[in-house]
Amino acid sequence: MAASCIAASELLHNIKLIPYHKASCVLIRRISTSKLKCSSQPVAEATSAPQQLVGVVGLEIHAQISSNTKLFSGSSVQFLAPPNSLVSFFDASLPGTLPVLNRRCVEAAVMTGLALNCTINKKSLFDRKHYFYADLPAGYQITQQRRPVAVDGVLTYSFLGGKKRNQVIRKNVHIKQIQLEQDSGKSLHDDVNNQTLIDLNRAGVGLMELVMEPDMSGGEEAAAAVRELQLILQALGTCQGNMSEGQLRVDANVSVHRAGEPLGVRTEVKNINSIRFLAKAIDFEIQRQTDVVQRGGTVKNETRAYDSKSGETVPMRDKEGLQDYRFMPEPNLPPLIVFEDNASLPAGIDACQAVVVQTIKEGLPELPGIKRDRLVQAYGILPEHSFTLVNEDGLMEYFEAVMRATKMEPRKVIGWVTNELVGLLKQQNTSVSHSPVTPAALAELLELQEAGHISSSVAKQVFQEMWRSPGKTGAEIIREQDLGLVSDAAKLHRVCQKVVDSHPDEVCAIRSGNKKVLNRLMGLVQKELKGRADPVLVREILQEKTS
Amino acid sequence: MLGLTLKEVSSAFREGRISPTELCRKCLNRIKKTRPLNAYITVTEELSLKQAQQSEARLRRGVPKGPLDGIPFAVKDNFCTANIRTTCASKMLEGYTPPYNATVVQKLLDQGAVLMGKTNMDEFAMGSGSTDGTFGPVRNPWSYAASYRTQAGAAPDSDWVITGGSSGGSAAAVASLTSYLALGSDTGGSTRNPGALCGVVALKPTYGLVSRHGLIPLVNSMDVPGIITRSVNDAAIVLGVLQGIDVKDSTTVPAPSALVELPEDFDVRNLRVGIPKEYHAPGLSEETVAQWSRVADLFERAGARVEQVSLPHTQYSIVCYHILCCAEVASNMARFDGLEYGHRSEMESSTEVMYASTRHEGFNDVVRGRILSGNYFLLRHNYQQYFLKAQKVRRLIADDFGRVFGSGVDVLLTPTTLTDAVRYYDFTQEDNRTRSTQEDIFTQPANMAGLPAVSVPTALSRRGLPIGLQLIGPALEDKKLLCVARWMEQRVGFPSISDWDGSQESRNDAGVTREQTSAV
Repeated sequence: MAASCIAASELLHNIKLIPYHKASCVLIRRISTSKLKCSSQPVAEATSAPQQLVGVVGLEIHAQISSNTKLFSGSSVQFLAPPNSLVSFFDASLPGTLPVLNRRCVEAAVMTGLALNCTINKKSLFDRKHYFYADLPAGYQITQQRRPVAVDGVLTYSFLGGKKRNQVIRKNVHIKQIQLEQDSGKSLHDDVNNQTLIDLNRAGVGLMELVMEPDMSGGEEAAAAVRELQLILQALGTCQGNMSEGQLRVDANVSVHRAGEPLGVRTEVKNINSIRFLAKAIDFEIQRQTDVVQRGGTVKNETRAYDSKSGETVPMRDKEGLQDYRFMPEPNLPPLIVFEDNASLPAGIDACQAVVVQTIKEGLPELPGIKRDRLVQAYGILPEHSFTLVNEDGLMEYFEAVMRATKMEPRKVIGWVTNELVGLLKQQNTSVSHSPVTPAALAELLELQEAGHISSSVAKQVFQEMWRSPGKTGAEIIREQDLGLVSDAAKLHRVCQKVVDSHPDEVCAIRSGNKKVLNRLMGLVQKELKGRADPVLVREILQEKTS
Repeated sequence: MLGLTLKEVSSAFREGRISPTELCRKCLNRIKKTRPLNAYITVTEELSLKQAQQSEARLRRGVPKGPLDGIPFAVKDNFCTANIRTTCASKMLEGYTPPYNATVVQKLLDQGAVLMGKTNMDEFAMGSGSTDGTFGPVRNPWSYAASYRTQAGAAPDSDWVITGGSSGGSAAAVASLTSYLALGSDTGGSTRNPGALCGVVALKPTYGLVSRHGLIPLVNSMDVPGIITRSVNDAAIVLGVLQGIDVKDSTTVPAPSALVELPEDFDVRNLRVGIPKEYHAPGLSEETVAQWSRVADLFERAGARVEQVSLPHTQYSIVCYHILCCAEVASNMARFDGLEYGHRSEMESSTEVMYASTRHEGFNDVVRGRILSGNYFLLRHNYQQYFLKAQKVRRLIADDFGRVFGSGVDVLLTPTTLTDAVRYYDFTQEDNRTRSTQEDIFTQPANMAGLPAVSVPTALSRRGLPIGLQLIGPALEDKKLLCVARWMEQRVGFPSISDWDGSQESRNDAGVTREQTSAV
């Protein structure tokens, strides 16, 4: 089922969740103290049970394919278009219309499969999955139940762990399959007028459903896996991966068990619309199930919705008994055939019309894992820095652009990018692409520091100023606010003389051998010149005047 | 004039003997006169005349679009027609007007053909009598022909016979001379069955040769648009126009050859004609068997090799079809929920209640019954036992044909129906399911295997009603099949219907050859 659950859970959220609010605070606090985050130390402060309960997490991910048109029709794909403005006859399931497969969607799925080390099925099939729901106009969804386009892959993901959270931990999660399927429309419930409105703009948009095996043990791992997937999809351009816009929808299957024992009864957690909430929802659910089991209860097999306000998962409206989707082969679509290489194309088939695995393989872009390794090697930066660079949208490109325009060594530049820049971005809650300071402007500033025109503390001050007044260059700010290093000998002599003259005791002390007192005089000179004095010159002058 | 072939009409146009507008008026008049047949659900009078005038203008300028320019045609009411209501003879779609034309309709319009209207049928094409639609049953034009009235002593108002179905309206339209050609749909015999009972040529092309886009489906994996005409040559001309790849239907295949005209003298001397022994089924009338033998002899005497063949799995076709058909019906009908189009119940206390009452009110018992069975067959724990098994049997049925054709047989000769048309009164004594089981027995296997098949009118029964025989060919051998059909047509001497009350036109056109062979 694609995503009609979102609307349903929104409805739930409105009517059912309010009474839970009080309890939620308590639960949240408990979660934050009993860290369930790494597999290395699951349920850290758990009970006296002979063996600790550990969480088991599998994910079902719906990734909206980045494509101009829908999976089986020529309607445009667009977010936030006026309701029902992107609906073809097929999308509205008018009688007599037939699906026509969009090659772009197939290529995207094959490309994603290759990037996730999947086996690409040369022949895959489409099926109908039936259920009545207002935003599913045909009464069935076309999906790939029997033979999906890609199977048996693996996603390698890493996250920073260890005591100082600077240790890169690398893990694998198996990808069971990637299947092509249609998205549903959206139901908008108008509780005031007691009606449901249907928007079919999304109906029929191509989705890749990725099924990740239950290889993860908690929220942090799941979040890292999804983040890595998101980066891969974005690098491939097969999905924009924005969770809040629903381009990437993640449902988590969560259970708890004791190591070595069979898996526990699982729940499915839906309505998770950010990676942060994914981790929270999973950790909440593991803790909830752990509590149930430890109290001697049994976990119910059910679908739960995550409420981001309370931080809890709550049971979703029951689907009225057992759902039987009555799967059936889709009779209007012949088997989907992809070819290994151009040589395997049968005569009479145009290479431009066919999907050729080899061609797609050759066009694969640099994937995030490779990027990180390359950054560590090329710039000699730490692995954790490579994470920050790659995981933050556009940060790597920013860093590399700065590197191209400055002679400053990478280890210093990385500090600027990961501390100063990221710090301000976080503070302003904005993204790299919206940074008011361009890589070129930052590089220019760093060059001024490298050349000794400004001190590093002034450089940071200028950077803040550049952020506040976009468009002004560092040099302009330095000039306007007179922040440049004062290395004018006459001026320095004048200021130094003034300080020496007004502090006879200190001068005396220096002359009698207490050289450390010179630093105090230097500080006074810097104070006088607002920290812009060239320290080397000042020292020379003061030494001369106090000798 | 109304009894002419397409080629004859086309040249009459060009020679100015009649104009498309005149011909259109004649057909419209005849539709009015034959109203009791209930062949049409919608007559598009204004549009027909407009299209005829446009055609006339083209002919006057000497730039006709092709052999079909100005030719009146009718379309079964399960093909979508832009801005013309398309009902599937169901309450569910009683007020439904599609925004687009089915590919086959568009192709005919592009050729300048003139649409006369939408023809009656069984609801959603589920039936074999054209008796189970919301607009009432279709009457067989032969009920009113002198041959039936005199030979069977029948009273037309009580003893009228059915057309067969589900494309009965289309067959009746062509047989009663209100259209020169009509589109039907053929899932288990729905074009060939009424074709045989109404004494017209009914072609079910190879699956995939003609686009299904815009045909409101019964069973997607078996549905084929059917062609109903009064001569085999006409059917070939229409197939030539309709066949070929359609980007809107992914199951279409390229046409193996352009198909305009069949050769004048087809040589059957090296032809191998198979007679499937399993088609000697219980209930097959003596008269039909006699015709079957007669035509087999015709072939043999002309030098063809006529041999008995075996299609051992044919006997399972009906039960297998029942499962596959119901399963696809259950799926295809799921979209009729009253939300986007079609009937919507007044009961709106909840979405589920609205779905249920909409579907209860909109569908007849036959449709509801098949939906129920289909959903049962598709349940997770039944799927293997029913649907999957039926698919395997379907493969065996198709393999039977493959083996026979692989052994060198060119064409199979079989009856199309068990008997000639039965009286409405007798037909309606049995329920739809039983009737379909009986009626589709000879036609269905070709749908299972996706093969081309054509019913050719062969003779009148003792009651004065048509008997048709069916020819089945290998996939994509539609042209050869039609060549054989034409050879047969030229030799069986089937009479033309021309005795409709007060049918002045026919009598005035007595100079035309086809009319001279009239039974009257």
